[in-house]
Amino acid sequence: MRGFAAVLGREVRLALRHPGDSLAAMLFFVLVCALFPFGIGPAPEILARIAPGALLAAALLAALLPLDRLFGAEAEDGSLDQLLLSGLAPAALAAAKALGHWIVTGLPLLAASPVACAMLNLPVEAWGVAALALGLATAVLSLFGTAGAALTLGARRGGVLLPLLVLPLSIPAVIFGAAAIEAAAAGLGARPYLLLLAALLALAAPLAPLAAGAALRGD
Amino acid sequence: MLEAQDLACWRGDRAIFAGLSFHLPAGGALLLTGPNGAGKSSLLRLLAGLIPAAEGLLLWDGADALADLAGHARRTRYLSHQDALKPSLTAAENLAFYARLWGGQVAPALVALGLAELADLPARMLSAGQKRRLALARLALAPAPLWLLDEPTVGLDTASVARLGALLAAHRAGGGAVVAATHLPLPLPDAKELAL
Repeated sequence: MRGFAAVLGREVRLALRHPGDSLAAMLFFVLVCALFPFGIGPAPEILARIAPGALLAAALLAALLPLDRLFGAEAEDGSLDQLLLSGLAPAALAAAKALGHWIVTGLPLLAASPVACAMLNLPVEAWGVAALALGLATAVLSLFGTAGAALTLGARRGGVLLPLLVLPLSIPAVIFGAAAIEAAAAGLGARPYLLLLAALLALAAPLAPLAAGAALRGD
Repeated sequence: MLEAQDLACWRGDRAIFAGLSFHLPAGGALLLTGPNGAGKSSLLRLLAGLIPAAEGLLLWDGADALADLAGHARRTRYLSHQDALKPSLTAAENLAFYARLWGGQVAPALVALGLAELADLPARMLSAGQKRRLALARLALAPAPLWLLDEPTVGLDTASVARLGALLAAHRAGGGAVVAATHLPLPLPDAKELAL
């Protein structure tokens, strides 16, 4: 547990020293959402119709951006060897990295979500559910993404391979997340969809770090 | 306490080394020598449990050392040819992370390598030799019985080599073992030499 906290604290501290990385993901998310009104035209009802899917897709793409450096940077400077020899189980190390990725990338996206919601003309009543759905979906992506980053570590063109591996796994998160936001926008209960998203997260939380740990160990 | 029996290491379908055996008692030191590409670094990584042995056994106090990788990691300190420092963290912060993992105090470890005055400097401002000393300072944090050192003195000035010598002597006097790969003379008296 001490090792887990140490790795997590280091992730956050490094992100605070380079706030540009989190800021870049945030701006990417907002800009992708801003492209839709330009491409589709500012008709409010069409925008509101596509808003849930656009929000989810933009957030997941933004959260993917820093993933290939998650273990890549550690491997390059030799820190990965030290982390693997820290006495911390590789799966616990991967779990700490996944949580760290969510804190430094997923949380800033949540903070930016009202701006994106406004640009996509999502009804204000649905903004809260949108933030919740984005939070859960990005957490699922952080977990699958950590496993993907561990698997593609050292692979040639790993940066291209990673989204190809991770995005298909994120499809359920997009479906349930978008459904939750859509229900909230229509004034219906979003709870069942959020619970399904949470179930997905509960499934990924133990499995993805185990897979990532095995991949790190075998490298 | 560390015993290797017929170790072999493969890279692809090429054997880097094979049939390697040695015995390292408590307080002992083993110098790995040989030309570039002879497998010194690979052997150190194998001894650390970072890569699997293709053949052979590694024993610690008579039991298979690599059966419990986490346990083996806890008794091992590995200094690779990379310094494993984060450029944006200060020298003290870089070391504090490992102090949280392994225990030990940051300030005395910095003093042991003559880095006390550089504690608050970001690691990117350090020279190559200073970075190497900061990587070596990890050894001074908390005791571990097995030190695996890959070219520990590259870039070090004579005063720093002497500091490392004191560290190594204290480690061995306390019953610790050292395996070091090097091309340069190391302050390791009575070390056995293993030519790869």
